[in-house]
Amino acid sequence: MTAPGGRRWLAIAYCLLFAVGLAVSGMVQPEKVTAFLDVLGDWDASLAFVMVGAIGVYAVGRRFVKAWPRPLLAPAFSNPTPTRIDGRLIAGAILFGVGWGLAGFCPGPALVALGAGTRAALWFVPAMVAGMLLHDRVWAKVARRRAPSDR
Amino acid sequence: MTFTPLASLVGGALIGLSAALLWATHGRIAGITGIVAESFRRSGDDLEWRLLFLAGLVGGGRLLVWAWPAAFGARTPRGVAVLVIAGLLVGFGTRLGNGCTSGHGVCGIARRSPRSIAATAVFVLVGMATVGIGRHLLVGAP
Repeated sequence: MTAPGGRRWLAIAYCLLFAVGLAVSGMVQPEKVTAFLDVLGDWDASLAFVMVGAIGVYAVGRRFVKAWPRPLLAPAFSNPTPTRIDGRLIAGAILFGVGWGLAGFCPGPALVALGAGTRAALWFVPAMVAGMLLHDRVWAKVARRRAPSDR
Repeated sequence: MTFTPLASLVGGALIGLSAALLWATHGRIAGITGIVAESFRRSGDDLEWRLLFLAGLVGGGRLLVWAWPAAFGARTPRGVAVLVIAGLLVGFGTRLGNGCTSGHGVCGIARRSPRSIAATAVFVLVGMATVGIGRHLLVGAP
């Protein structure tokens, strides 16, 4: 653990910035999220602007950093390994979409709302963690046993 | 809900800035699902920053509700069963699909990853269908 001390403080600072962004954008209000998803009703398109703002700034940032040999405070960039679009990806997105539509929470805003003591997040977040563990500890192992040649 | 294009654009830009800074200094993708789930592995070289990231999000919520309680809006009238089922689906689904709104919807789309574009299109459309069915087809749903 010889990571520079600055890494820790920066990680916390980024989270605070991320949390403020989620609050300013309206993502921490489940009603706002479901109003965006309610295209057949009283549609609130605001969250499309969140996506535009976030994707735009992130894309510019990535472009700026592109030529760097390594990150400022870490030995290497850890890019996700590109894989194909498969049934797993789509099934996961479908399950996530149903849960997102039911509660109006996705993982980041749910954690911020948990910190805020929002009643809904007090139920949602433990269940979300249980769902993640159910996948990682049970489902992934069963699936691997059934298809050992896969990855 | 009130249409808030400017606040949402600015808030989105802050989210993107935070994710871009994490990439520039730590070389990491700001995917909340991965950060949360992999914090539960006992080993791992970068467990520490993951836990800090989680603490920052939850602590950020604590600070925000103190400084700006209105940001969290009205209390939601959803029942416990709906919240628990939704939580299980979000947790399991984001792990199965390797990402959520932050990892796929922001970082992945910005990288023009076909997987992330497909995943985001699916979860947004399914979310819309879920709300549509709940609000407009089933009577008495929120």
